[in-house]
Amino acid sequence: MITARREAWTGRLLLIVLMAVTLLPFLSLFVTALHPSGTYPAGLAWPGDPQWGNFLRAFEAANMGALLWSSVLIVLGVVPISILLGTMAGFAIGHLRVIGARVVFLLFVLGLTLPFEGVITPLYYQVRDMGLLNTRWAIILPLIGLFMPFSVFWMRAHFVNMPAELSESARMDGANVWQLFRRIHVPLAMPAISSLGILLFLWTWNQFLLAIVLVDDPAKRTMSGALGAFQGQWGTDIPLLCAGSLLILTPTLVIFLIFQRHFVKALLQGSLKG
Amino acid sequence: MPRSAHRRPAAGRLRGARGLAGWLFVLPALAFYAVFVLRPIALTLQYSLYDWDGIGPSTWVGAANYGKVFTDPDLFDSLVNAFKLIVFFSAIPVVLGLAIAATIRRIAASRLALVARTVLFLPQVIPLVAAGIAWSWLLASTGVINQLLSLVGLGGVTRAWLGDFATALPAVGMIGAWVLLGLCTLLLLAGMSKIDPALYEAARLDGAGPWREFVSITVPSLRQEIAVCVTVTVIAALASFDIIYIATQGGPGNTTMVPGLQIFYLAFSEREVGTASALAVVLMVLVIACALPIQWFAKDGNK
Repeated sequence: MITARREAWTGRLLLIVLMAVTLLPFLSLFVTALHPSGTYPAGLAWPGDPQWGNFLRAFEAANMGALLWSSVLIVLGVVPISILLGTMAGFAIGHLRVIGARVVFLLFVLGLTLPFEGVITPLYYQVRDMGLLNTRWAIILPLIGLFMPFSVFWMRAHFVNMPAELSESARMDGANVWQLFRRIHVPLAMPAISSLGILLFLWTWNQFLLAIVLVDDPAKRTMSGALGAFQGQWGTDIPLLCAGSLLILTPTLVIFLIFQRHFVKALLQGSLKG
Repeated sequence: MPRSAHRRPAAGRLRGARGLAGWLFVLPALAFYAVFVLRPIALTLQYSLYDWDGIGPSTWVGAANYGKVFTDPDLFDSLVNAFKLIVFFSAIPVVLGLAIAATIRRIAASRLALVARTVLFLPQVIPLVAAGIAWSWLLASTGVINQLLSLVGLGGVTRAWLGDFATALPAVGMIGAWVLLGLCTLLLLAGMSKIDPALYEAARLDGAGPWREFVSITVPSLRQEIAVCVTVTVIAALASFDIIYIATQGGPGNTTMVPGLQIFYLAFSEREVGTASALAVVLMVLVIACALPIQWFAKDGNK
């Protein structure tokens, strides 16, 4: 029993150290953000005169209101459509077993590990030819396509375990395939759908590569892409840059803390299935 | 579990839905996938065989671009760097994650562990760009890391970690390790909670110590979770972009250049679309070549 207690204490200590290491960058950002703008604060030192106004200045300098709105628009464009298309395809492949389901599924799985850098060059020319460069559609439409492998894979994994009898009895009652999908299977798939929604939200909000390549105007990018531009512009003013970084990661942080249990579950399941 | 019963096609009355009606459900997803993923993949393959500046006419050069990827030291080094990053992105989070998860297994249900679950997930939730900015500052010459080192009497080794030719790549790797350690720890911890406690009790009765327990029970039972961690982190290393773009831009010199960033520069700054595409093809093949064997390894263990 003594070993067990000692192990528990080692565990607690380790956990605390690990948390400290995880939180250190955030703490450093926060402390540095409070130093007078334009200075080079040395390490972790609480400033004599905390400059809370730096957050306001960074908010204005980065045009944060417009950035937030832009990110929201992009998320609203990507997430609902990706969920709908992924759920429909997952349903047809996993539950209806359409003719050729195996082949189509393999085709989607092929894209699961695709690094976005692999297709970014042709995407640029394709989006340009569509006349969408520098619009939010340049991020929204490719992202929906790029998210399809995971969305279909995820939803298929749910639908594969749905008993066929469920659909058979509904069909007996005269429901067509769409009604079957809409009235019976979508409500039952809600847990899988909401986890997918959380993951897609995170991946869209934090998308960087597509934003910097396909959209020049930071105000039309995702939060993440805008932060890259902000660094280029304010990279020499460390306190302001730190304040801006904190502001930009606040929205995801707030949403994460509100839905943390769902997030943790979705992320753990997400990586297990992916 | 009678899972096999569910695996058969929804027969009988659903048969009509396996044809046209069913395909109407697949088509929209397939269309987006074809236009924004499959077509670009095919185009990358096509571009990789041409010399093209993105504007003027292109000339067919066959496999010359691929030759360049493997002979030009700048391009080849970016691939080598990606593999070196695996040590930091993959090996450290998985090994350390295993050790940590095994140590905190017994207190996994405590309140402290519940708080830790939330805290350890933070790096997964924030944009990698923000992680890059925070760490650039931590690792700067006047940053917290040097402050801590001086505090414990290691003032001699302090430096601008990201600006030093010798330490830039490990420093960037540590940022990746920070991002991925929490995820790996929690994944492995979740896996450990599924191990039958009777196994551990039996081992204790046989006089096994914590190390023996770890090697004979914990690690073998976590085969699948370990495979997942390795896959996710290896892909993160090979396809890294955000962190490096922010922290070092590939420098100093070319010491932290990775394929993702190199593709970006080649295609959009140097206008060598052909070379960029050849490197992109190599990167895509490498990722699949690394991910597939890990999956097979995990599957074999379950038989």
